[in-house]
Amino acid sequence: MATAALTHDAHSHEHEHHEHHEQNFIQKYVFSEDHKMIAKQYLVTGIIWAFIGGLLSILFRLQLGFPDMKLDGLRWLLGEWINPEGKLESEFYLALVTMHGTIMVFFVLTAGLSGTFSNFLIPLQIGARDMASGFLNMLSYWFFLVASVIMLCSLFISTGPAAGGWVIYPPLSAIPTASNGSGMGMSLWLVAMALFIVSQLMGGLNYVTTIINLRTRGLSFSKLPLTIWSFFLTAVLGILSFPVLLSAALLLIFDRNFGTSFYISEIYIGGEALPQQGGSAILFQHLFWFLGHPEVYIVLLPALGITSEVIATNARKPIFGYRAMIGSMLGITLLAFIVWAHHMFVTGMNPFLGSVFMFLTLIIAVPSAVKGFNYITTLWKGNIVFTPAMLFSIGLVSLFIAGGVTGIILGNAALDIQLHDTYFVVAHFHLVMGSASFFGLMAGVYHWFPKMYGRMMNNTLGYIHFWLSFIGVFCVFFPMHYIGIAGFPRRYYSFSTYDMTNSFADLNQFISVAAIITFAAQGLFAWNFFYSIFRGKKSVQNPWRSTTLEWTTPVVVGHGNWEGPIPAVYRWPYDYSKPGAVEDFIPQTVPFSSTPESNLPEENEQIALEKTIEELHPYQKEVSAKSGGH
Amino acid sequence: MNTELSSVENFTAEAKPTFSFNPKKFMLWLAIASITMSFAGWTSAYLVRRAEGNWLEFEIPRIFWYSTGVMLISSLFMHLSVRAAKKDQFGPLKTAISITFALGLVFLYLQVQGFYELVSQKLFLVGNPAVSFFDVLIFIHGLHVISGLIVLIVSFVSAWQMKIHSKNRNRIEMAAMYWHFLDGLWLYLFVFLLNFR
Repeated sequence: MATAALTHDAHSHEHEHHEHHEQNFIQKYVFSEDHKMIAKQYLVTGIIWAFIGGLLSILFRLQLGFPDMKLDGLRWLLGEWINPEGKLESEFYLALVTMHGTIMVFFVLTAGLSGTFSNFLIPLQIGARDMASGFLNMLSYWFFLVASVIMLCSLFISTGPAAGGWVIYPPLSAIPTASNGSGMGMSLWLVAMALFIVSQLMGGLNYVTTIINLRTRGLSFSKLPLTIWSFFLTAVLGILSFPVLLSAALLLIFDRNFGTSFYISEIYIGGEALPQQGGSAILFQHLFWFLGHPEVYIVLLPALGITSEVIATNARKPIFGYRAMIGSMLGITLLAFIVWAHHMFVTGMNPFLGSVFMFLTLIIAVPSAVKGFNYITTLWKGNIVFTPAMLFSIGLVSLFIAGGVTGIILGNAALDIQLHDTYFVVAHFHLVMGSASFFGLMAGVYHWFPKMYGRMMNNTLGYIHFWLSFIGVFCVFFPMHYIGIAGFPRRYYSFSTYDMTNSFADLNQFISVAAIITFAAQGLFAWNFFYSIFRGKKSVQNPWRSTTLEWTTPVVVGHGNWEGPIPAVYRWPYDYSKPGAVEDFIPQTVPFSSTPESNLPEENEQIALEKTIEELHPYQKEVSAKSGGH
Repeated sequence: MNTELSSVENFTAEAKPTFSFNPKKFMLWLAIASITMSFAGWTSAYLVRRAEGNWLEFEIPRIFWYSTGVMLISSLFMHLSVRAAKKDQFGPLKTAISITFALGLVFLYLQVQGFYELVSQKLFLVGNPAVSFFDVLIFIHGLHVISGLIVLIVSFVSAWQMKIHSKNRNRIEMAAMYWHFLDGLWLYLFVFLLNFR
């Protein structure tokens, strides 16, 4: 340990080279401070969580699709949760729904998506040796892992995990005796989430600081890849909204464990009045959704950023409306903070307030539509290369639009009163945020796998995985719109009591079958992913012929990312198929002075300014010669 | 050793970052923004709940005025310690940090006394949310002050080891930034609680 401390001290200077530094197994794979390893740790943990979360959804889909099915065969896994008649315990059904939501929203699509790609791509795409604070970054992962372990343990305690919905509204979450899941399960949920929030804050501080402080020479904000813009805004959202969830959770803990009455008022249990008086359950909803709504964009923005990058690269065209994309992401970020009460239209909120929030909510359609149009216009007349990553990105666009359109319906207070808490809402957010972000995650994995592991994933398996997922996701969530309009409420254990609901039994069956097939298809991905890490075809340096900085690093990236000095950046990241250029892409590291054949008039003027970028570094000529000689 | 040498060479060759603000300090600013948001959350919850009625009005004990004064004075000494570091006056530096630390402890002691004063007036944590909010806010702020005290201990130790001097002021400046923030945060809370009883 003494040597570890010494080497750490010796390397504590900023911007120092690390690549010659031998690391032992623990430093390299376990308590790693290298952003790439931390990203991989996040990714693998996220994938494991995704399978757990998916499995939970299959369990409750079995109940919804086949209410008479005997599940005795699952007793080895679920034990007492399968009742003597061989059916899923109704209270466990609620726990399954709750944990599916919690796991997917926070552990997969927040930590698994942002954690993986912000960590991996920020230093690589902005030309930095590592994150601003590697130590904080490591802590961030380990807080996340501890949170994960606690949340996982809560699945196995005898009273079951939290069961009040992923939104943990009081009083179900505030009174430990309210239901089985409100006791120990809820306590563990709160502890896990508190650690999770701390982890996300540490990550977010690092992302923002790194992007602002450690960009390489010449890389101004107007030359940043859209991925970096999206990670930046995601981190800002997290830094400002997660603390409020922590505030809400802390008051909840006081209510649960110390008997205060922030959220609880005049509640009778078994004829006995609880001592708490004067609390307001709506207060919790306000605080929760102040995080909860930005959280939607924390989940979605990185996926949109990844998609921008993948679509531009594989359409071999500049992204359409680069500045409009940034502007719309800024708009979404700003609006994210002032629309939270559209989740609360039916809580008895003042209708005037409701109409204000409705107005603000509908404005989000504008930046979202700008993004949608820009993706489509980027694809328009492109030289499209259908890699699996590209397919997943195009899939994201279709899901984003299909799910976004119903957002306009749900954002209307008057329509929401009818549709609130039905499967219509479930369909909406699973398409626009759940599946879209999942597709973004997949696009990112397929696209940057060669950079992560120096090997390629199998394309054929990728295509099969895509088509099964794509068709599967629409088969699962599209019929839910009809079920929702028919009046099926969310979170109900069984719909076999009324004729009205019985007439939709076959549709529910169809959804369940589709869900099982889609889930099984993810096995292909897992196989492809883990097999390719060890046995995949060796990758070349720039397999997608992309312009951004990460592809100028060696195939297997060492500690410190670039072997020589960090390359400088001269142009924006979307010079694809530029008229006059020798190849159909010009990396960001190529100065305008060496591409006179393709420069636009205003770019020729930039050549004079390139000197100032070059003067920042003594070895600059060497670097531009190296990376520019394609 | 060879590798060590080459890395030193590379260090000198590494270019300057595009933005010259110290990353650690920048991170602290972000953390402060984050903490501010959580207190903004609590105080807005306070206002929303207060607007709903059934709200107990009570006199804020005089002792909180004293603790506020102590906190302000501690900030002054924190400022003096940064000034001492700038001028390489190591004796005054250590004294100023120690006094800041002691005043921080006094502040916490006074806050606890204030809490007991409320208890003696039968204003308990459990009961009307007005008191619960008050107690929770001073409790959480107190927790942050404890974290600030830990930062002060670290600064004191580095001052002792001569790691803080006019050429290396990051640590003491960040400690001061955080401490002044805690001071400002308490001022905000105090004025807020006085105004919206």
